[in-house]
Amino acid sequence: MPDRFDDTIYALSSGAPPAGIAVIRVSGPQAGFALEALARRVPTPRTASLALLRDPRDDAPLDRALLLWLPGPATVTGEDMVELHCHGGRAVVAAVEDALSALPGLRRAEAGEFTRRAFAHGRMDLNAVEGLSDLLAAETQGQRRAALLMAEGHFSRRIDGWRAALLDLSAMAEAALDFSDEDDVPDSAIEARIGDGIAALAREVGTMLAAPSAERLRDGVRVVLAGPPNAGKSTLLNALVGREAAIVSDIAGTTRDRIEVPVAIGGMAFLFTDTAGLRGEAGDAIEAIGIDRAHAALAAADIILWLGDAADLPRADAILIAAQCDRAAPDRPGLRLSARTGEGMDALVALLRERSAALLPGEGDYALHRRQREGVAAVRDHLHAAGAQSDLLVAAEELRLARAAIDALTGQAGTEDMLDRLFAGFCIGK
Amino acid sequence: MRTSYDVIVVGGGHAGCEAAAAAARKGASVALLTFDRQTVGAMSCNPAIGGLGKGHLVREVDALDGLIGRAADAAAIHYRMLNSSKGAAVQGPRIQADRTRYRAAIHAMLDAQPGLAIVEGEASALILDGEAVAGVALADGGALMAPAIVLATGTFLGGKLFRGDERETGGRVGERAATRLGEQLRAVGLPIARLKTGTPPRLDGRAIDWARLETQPSDGEGWTMSPLTPARILPQLACAITRTNDRTHQIIRDGLGRSPLFSGAIEGRGPRYCPSIEDKVLRFGDRDGHQIFLEPEGLDDPLVYPNGISTSLPTDVQLEMVRSLPGLEQVEIVVPGYAVEYDHVDPRALDATLEVRAVPGLFCAGQINGTTGYEEAAAQGLVAGVNAAARARGDVAMILDRASSYIGVMIDDLVLQGVTEPYRMLTARAEYRLRLRADNAETRLGPVGLAHGIIGAVRAARLTQRAMQRELIEADMARPMSASELARAGASVRQDGARRSLFDWARFPEVDKALLLDLAPALRDAPADLRAEILEDAHYAPYLQRQDAEIAELRRNERVLIPGDFDFRAIGGLSTEMIERLDAARPDTLAAAARIRGITPAALAAILVHVRREAA
Repeated sequence: MPDRFDDTIYALSSGAPPAGIAVIRVSGPQAGFALEALARRVPTPRTASLALLRDPRDDAPLDRALLLWLPGPATVTGEDMVELHCHGGRAVVAAVEDALSALPGLRRAEAGEFTRRAFAHGRMDLNAVEGLSDLLAAETQGQRRAALLMAEGHFSRRIDGWRAALLDLSAMAEAALDFSDEDDVPDSAIEARIGDGIAALAREVGTMLAAPSAERLRDGVRVVLAGPPNAGKSTLLNALVGREAAIVSDIAGTTRDRIEVPVAIGGMAFLFTDTAGLRGEAGDAIEAIGIDRAHAALAAADIILWLGDAADLPRADAILIAAQCDRAAPDRPGLRLSARTGEGMDALVALLRERSAALLPGEGDYALHRRQREGVAAVRDHLHAAGAQSDLLVAAEELRLARAAIDALTGQAGTEDMLDRLFAGFCIGK
Repeated sequence: MRTSYDVIVVGGGHAGCEAAAAAARKGASVALLTFDRQTVGAMSCNPAIGGLGKGHLVREVDALDGLIGRAADAAAIHYRMLNSSKGAAVQGPRIQADRTRYRAAIHAMLDAQPGLAIVEGEASALILDGEAVAGVALADGGALMAPAIVLATGTFLGGKLFRGDERETGGRVGERAATRLGEQLRAVGLPIARLKTGTPPRLDGRAIDWARLETQPSDGEGWTMSPLTPARILPQLACAITRTNDRTHQIIRDGLGRSPLFSGAIEGRGPRYCPSIEDKVLRFGDRDGHQIFLEPEGLDDPLVYPNGISTSLPTDVQLEMVRSLPGLEQVEIVVPGYAVEYDHVDPRALDATLEVRAVPGLFCAGQINGTTGYEEAAAQGLVAGVNAAARARGDVAMILDRASSYIGVMIDDLVLQGVTEPYRMLTARAEYRLRLRADNAETRLGPVGLAHGIIGAVRAARLTQRAMQRELIEADMARPMSASELARAGASVRQDGARRSLFDWARFPEVDKALLLDLAPALRDAPADLRAEILEDAHYAPYLQRQDAEIAELRRNERVLIPGDFDFRAIGGLSTEMIERLDAARPDTLAAAARIRGITPAALAAILVHVRREAA
């Protein structure tokens, strides 16, 4: 629905990070409030100024950014707008977006939503009506093409299959609700059939969610280097990416924030993250935040290179690295590696490629974009909720919401489609 | 004889009666024009009122002070709450009515209604003044004049009966068809299409062996269709159930060659949810039998309505068929079943007040709009009557939306989507079903009825009192209580430290009803129906809150108005199919446009931009 203008929306409107700068746009009635929440002030309209953005939830600094406050209606969307010109690292963008998402009334913009608001407020000068419709078509076709490129049509077919299954389930539920007085609609048997059908569909939907996502293909497999301070993480990162991405020193706690470096190795995209050394007490508040972020990075990691003690492995599948082997005891467990001499580096790269192959979608496989994942997750959640219900009425409501979530992914299937199923399947009518 | 009125209602079926009564309640002078005074309020099909979805409509019409609920109670000889084991939102109150008493009840209410006159005559044509209606020309050469006319002609427009090779013109057996009026509507340019429906043969119950049949007694709960009926009135009868069998199916198959349904004589499309027995046997040949309900037509009437064998087979096949049913071996047919094909107006030509967009002052209600069922007809009649009176008197129109009522759902479906089969209400059609319950119709619609001035004094007093009681209960139940306080009061709720209002606690299974009544004295002292309604609200509260967001969005989009003369063709990029649908339905808000099948979000955005630009 294009007209949900009570919400305030935000999105990264510059290219995909990492980049020199990242421009995050906020549009809607709460834009000024969002700016105040992050920057603690609302600057002079239409004048760039610098400020430290902080996360309003815990005061943690996010980034030092350039602010633009653009009160409506003379803006591109016709609404109050804010532009935050941040540093272009992925972590920075993710952290700022995360802080925005936590503000009341704010949500991530849907595809093309800024454009739609601009249309709606007459801010887009589209003299030629054809131009407008072309643009509108391009917006959805573009999305569609992108989805098809990934999915080679599989996704749409799967979704159509789910929709058919959902319509069948809804038809059974509605038959039991609307035609329980018909003898062709056996009450208890039908509820059992609905329950089984929901469980089977929820399993199938869950399987798709468990599959690798398109972001992996685009953004790379997330490899996190972690371990206690001064374990040689930054040295290893630099060796892997082939440049001085991280500052290396002998001082424990040199790396205070996450450092993310995208690299292609053997045609595969990787995103290496160097993290602050993990230790019980941080030197200062900033290091403490860095350690928190290291833990967050670990939680989201696809592959962990652990440069610490074998006993402290953060995850069973983490790769234990015996780093600095040129200086360490020869009986240390793990993959023996020296970034300095190059010993073990080939073995590590081979291991990373092997692990990644399992994480990336294979030939003919397809992967979901974030928006698709969110839609599919909503379908799954409503199915779970429906399955957990003993009240058929509420189960039917959850099925209706699951249908709406599927419709949001592909297009409309109305009540009539469900009724078609119902009347085709049951002999209704006294 | 008086010849000038505020509102003329053509047709005295369920739509016509509600339209005339509602217009008169609103203060209009009304003529109810009918072929024959005796047929006013007749139940022409099965003698039942209510059911799933339909019971909701009855309660809603009743909440707006309509006739059908009270007439149903006056005639009810069997009460049944369908889905009584499920949530209140899908419970459907239904009654079997004594036909004669039903009609008598309607007559009594119409006679008692000030400002309403029943006029016998045949409407032969509309009298137009420019584009707008000005009156009705009568077949006897006279005329009635009014600035607002409600057409509620049922199946009488171009009606044609089929039974075997027999053909007859008319809407019901033995009655005339309003053919000339139908021709004129086509001439005015209204889109007209054909539908069909059917009835089963009527049987003489004295030859039925009731003792051999399974019976279904009236339920014992004591509820009534209208809250204004304090208790059940008539003695209650049981219905009986029999089944078709292989022999029945063979008789039907052998007779199919003589059925007009399969010879191609009938073009109109019949309802999927009320198929003829021929259809059932053909489409569901694998079923070993179909249930037939034997419904008594009255306390002192031997006629029985065999619900489930609507047919247009020749009379001799019908007789052989019914005699193959267990318990009916000796039965006689009093009136054979038949199919009827009739004209209807494509309801997309109407707006949400049920006024024909192209003919100001002309309203349509009931089967003429492609619906089926007494309840659907009554609900439209009420809306058309109120709005015809509003038009004649210069008042604001009454428009009910999808979030308010089943009436709103039905009218929205009709005027936006049109019909491809006779439209019947189902709870599945209401996306806000959890809040549109038969048990809260008064709460939802009472205030609307009061605002439009169509509620009589007795009901108004009841509504006011109920609103006060509700307020007291809400105040009582707003009281916050912690988990530990509740535990001390005797409910073994989880000690999560939360403070919730009593209303929120009410949905927790650990909080039993007796305890709630102790803690909320206003709830304890409330009438049982109000208490049940509020507890049901509490039970589904989380889902209702989630729907609130959806409804808020709906209402926002309803504030974006699309002008009546808006040119959808001027928007490039809309497909021809979209333009056709938009042109046929003429949605008057963005929300309505969004609900039309096949309209994409991109198309909506384009419409929105154009609307805004035109407004600027």
